[in-house]
Amino acid sequence: MANSLMASGIVAQRLNAEELASNFSDLHPAYAPHEAAVAADRCYFCYDAPCTTACPTDIDIPMFIREIQTGNPEAAARTILEQNILGGMCARVCPTETLCEEVCVRETSEGKPVEIGRLQRFATDTLMAAGVHPFERAALTGKRVAVVGAGPAGLACAHRLAMLGHEVVIHEAKPKAGGLNNFGIAAYKSTDNFADREIEWLLQIGGITIETGKALGPDLSLDHLTSGFDAVFLSIGLAGVNALRLQGEDMKGMRDAVDFIEELRSSSDLSTLPVGRNVVVIGGGMTAVDAAVQSKLLGAENVTIAYRRGRDAMPASGFEQDLAAAKGVKLMFNVMPVALKGDGAVSAVELEYTSVIDGKVTGTGETIELPADQVFKAIGQTLRGAPDGLSLDGGKITVNEVGRTSKDMVWAGGDCASGGDDLTVTAVAEGRDAAMDIHAQLTS
Amino acid sequence: MADLTSDFLGIKSPNPFWLASAPPTDKEYNVRRAFEAGWGGVVWKTLGAEGPPVVNVNGPRYGAIYGADRRLLGLNNIELITDRPLETNLEEMARVKADYPDRALIASIMVPCDEASWKAILPRVAETNADGIELNFGCPHGMSERGMGAAVGQVPEYIEMVTRWCKQYYDRPVIVKLTPNITDVRYPARAAKNGGADAVSLINTISSITSVNLDSFSPEPSIDGKGSHGGYCGPAVKPIAMNMVAEIARDAETHGLPISGIGGITTWRDAAEFMALGAGNVQVCTAAMTYGFRIVQEMISGLSQWMDEKGYTSIDDFVGMAVPNVTDWQYLNLNYVAKAKIDQDACIKCGRCYAACEDTSHQAIWMKEGRVFEVNDAECVACNLCVEVCPVEGCISMEPMEIGQTDPRTGRVVVEEYANWTSHPNNPMSRAAE
Ligand SMILES: Cc1cc2nc3c(=O)[nH]c(=O)nc-3n(C[C@H](O)[C@H](O)[C@H](O)COP(=O)(O)OP(=O)(O)OC[C@H]3O[C@@H](n4cnc5c(N)ncnc54)[C@H](O)[C@@H]3O)c2cc1C
Ligand SMILES: Cc1cc2nc3c(=O)[nH]c(=O)nc-3n(C[C@H](O)[C@H](O)[C@H](O)COP(=O)(O)O)c2cc1C
Ligand code: SF4
Repeated sequence: MANSLMASGIVAQRLNAEELASNFSDLHPAYAPHEAAVAADRCYFCYDAPCTTACPTDIDIPMFIREIQTGNPEAAARTILEQNILGGMCARVCPTETLCEEVCVRETSEGKPVEIGRLQRFATDTLMAAGVHPFERAALTGKRVAVVGAGPAGLACAHRLAMLGHEVVIHEAKPKAGGLNNFGIAAYKSTDNFADREIEWLLQIGGITIETGKALGPDLSLDHLTSGFDAVFLSIGLAGVNALRLQGEDMKGMRDAVDFIEELRSSSDLSTLPVGRNVVVIGGGMTAVDAAVQSKLLGAENVTIAYRRGRDAMPASGFEQDLAAAKGVKLMFNVMPVALKGDGAVSAVELEYTSVIDGKVTGTGETIELPADQVFKAIGQTLRGAPDGLSLDGGKITVNEVGRTSKDMVWAGGDCASGGDDLTVTAVAEGRDAAMDIHAQLTS
Repeated sequence: MADLTSDFLGIKSPNPFWLASAPPTDKEYNVRRAFEAGWGGVVWKTLGAEGPPVVNVNGPRYGAIYGADRRLLGLNNIELITDRPLETNLEEMARVKADYPDRALIASIMVPCDEASWKAILPRVAETNADGIELNFGCPHGMSERGMGAAVGQVPEYIEMVTRWCKQYYDRPVIVKLTPNITDVRYPARAAKNGGADAVSLINTISSITSVNLDSFSPEPSIDGKGSHGGYCGPAVKPIAMNMVAEIARDAETHGLPISGIGGITTWRDAAEFMALGAGNVQVCTAAMTYGFRIVQEMISGLSQWMDEKGYTSIDDFVGMAVPNVTDWQYLNLNYVAKAKIDQDACIKCGRCYAACEDTSHQAIWMKEGRVFEVNDAECVACNLCVEVCPVEGCISMEPMEIGQTDPRTGRVVVEEYANWTSHPNNPMSRAAE
């Protein structure tokens, strides 16, 4: 029995199965071979290409596009995967509009970059569909490395280490590997169970064991790992969330956006997933956009993103803002929540208009009240469960450019480590680079 | 609007765009539709001698090479002359000519290289009231193995002999279609002229293999695992064809001999270029086979627009205008000095000019902070490579140096007077030293 869009409260089945399937289909559908050929032909094969410089994993983009052009997507995939073993996921989730495609000279000349992300997907999908894993392990070194956290940073690090001949054990707190690839990334970016398929494909290298349900913490200490392994790589992401610090934050209907997204990504039947009629998302990053857009796609009638600064300062890219707007999400700028209304369950959010003076957000005194039966908090994640004894920097584990922490033989990378944007591709780059440094240390 | 009327050897057509002898002109159905679409004339698909017609392969006839987005740049074929009975073709030609008296209709002919064969077919062709004939001495495959086509076109004596027979047994214009599969096109052209030809047309197709199948190791098009060289045509052959047209136009012996230009003509601009090099009209095959008959409308509108802009009222106003500017290398002005200049506002910073000059030319482009590309005049030899590889039209230009300036590369002052290789001090055969 379907509920209508207008049903009040947090209810499931606002849309029928067909509408849901269409709403959550691929955001950027895969290229057919001819489309890929046409898109690849637009690449100028730039000298010292700006796109490669902009890619956190330094993929030789002109080269892989040329390989597609010449009818060899498998070689293109190899070029990509040599630098970025999660090139398939990155092709789907990278905010290319602020990375490689932003600096494409075609963007300069025509305002329309070569579609690097979709070409990358074409190449990697082709190789993966052929069931080929293009890398082999080097002679075994007999060294063992512990990785903590099976998100993109941990997986990239593990793959590189395994390839170099080391034995890797990944300790993952959750029952399933993948990190935010499985529980964070918007559903329409990673369709058809791609995250799991990619992990299965990645593990074909051999030499990697994933132990799920193993959390670093009281039952598994860092000392235990450093004594049992030759090196440790920490990639535990950001497991904590920031609070609004307003009264009523525990009312029914108040929720962390990342929880909602995790539930959505874990759901095998989206029609059973309840969502509010009037949804307000507090925040301005990718998480806020994803929570808002997916609420809308589930059938919420009114979805508003309330961001406390102006549009230019919004961490979500212009592309994502447009995506949200196109899906019918209302974007409000220069507003901050000052009160949550409701009796047991939230019913409205009071927002105060702001102005930004010398970088500081200050209320103007003017307020507006939005009806809300569901409020998602997306105001940032924080490091939680970092082992004692490691120095921190701005709430993250301090690392140098190759991922070394303050502790000997302990490396860290991805969202939990200092430096770099919190992006999948950055996590992959940091995992890979730490692996190279671990390898150098273990074999010197 | 400019008057595009063409008078080629006294043969009138409403425009200078004819369809070349090939599949587009192989039968009445096609030719009627071509005329309805606006083509000024056709050279009917080549007729063979009376008797059982030739047979074509029953597998693929074409191979191709592509540019970006599968744009067809070159086509190759192993088709023979018409495979329909002579009588059928002649009846159709007569009917079409009667219905379209204002259009040019030329019969293309290829029969064995003996006088009797030519003597037999020419009166039959004359009966159709065709405006003239074109002798197909060009077909590089199949027919040449039987002593016809390019096998005749490669021997100037044969060309002259056959042309003479045709002039003897046929009283309308005779056009000799030349093969490009020779070393110097002036020899066959002179032979045609000596035989009495009213005009030459060129080029026919170029012997070629377009691709090899890397699974079966057969050349394409593949007939049951084997391939034969075919005839190459389409945009890729245009530069070769234009040079041959120019060679004939400026040769002392053939200068003034009317030329029908063929080879890769795809747009009005291609046509205008051939005509500037001395072609009185042009013939088109591959472009029509790629895009259909309608392209002639673009050719008509484009040529008229350009003529209007230039103030030309008739096509004779510009035919041959480029011929005096085609010269030998030895007469090029060695005192002319240019330098590449990059327009920083137009530059999109792809760096292709840098890669080209740095890796393969004269290391004359600097890559500066912020991907700024600048030409170092002290090294630039003005080769033009950067201009050719730059994806932005007009971004890099060749700027001539002013008289009196010093070329920082050579340290020499640019002088006004013209001086070429014939008088250059480095030339061991220098003629101007005394
Ligand atoms: C909602 C959302 C949407 C996003 N969308 C995008 C996007 O579209 N594009 C993009 O590039 N980036 C996006 N990001 C950012 C991206 O997902 C992260 O930057 C990336 O996943 C970081 O990788 P990681 O390996 O460092 O951490 P994670 O992916 O967070 O992985 C950490 C892993 O460690 C495990 N773990 C945590 N604590 C412990 C412990 N104590 N013991 C053992 N295991 C532990 C976790 O269970 C998890 O599996 C998004 C993030 C969010 C939250
Ligand atoms: C399939 C095909 C068949 C051809 N057959 C003939 C022919 O029978 N007689 C002839 O003189 N030229 C023939 N040609 C050559 C064309 O008339 C023309 O000279 C050549 O294709 C170059 O012009 P283009 O680049 O416009 O195609 C043929 C060309 C093609 C593609
Ligand atoms: S013209 Fe030739 S030598 Fe001069 S800058 Fe360009 S590529 Fe280099």
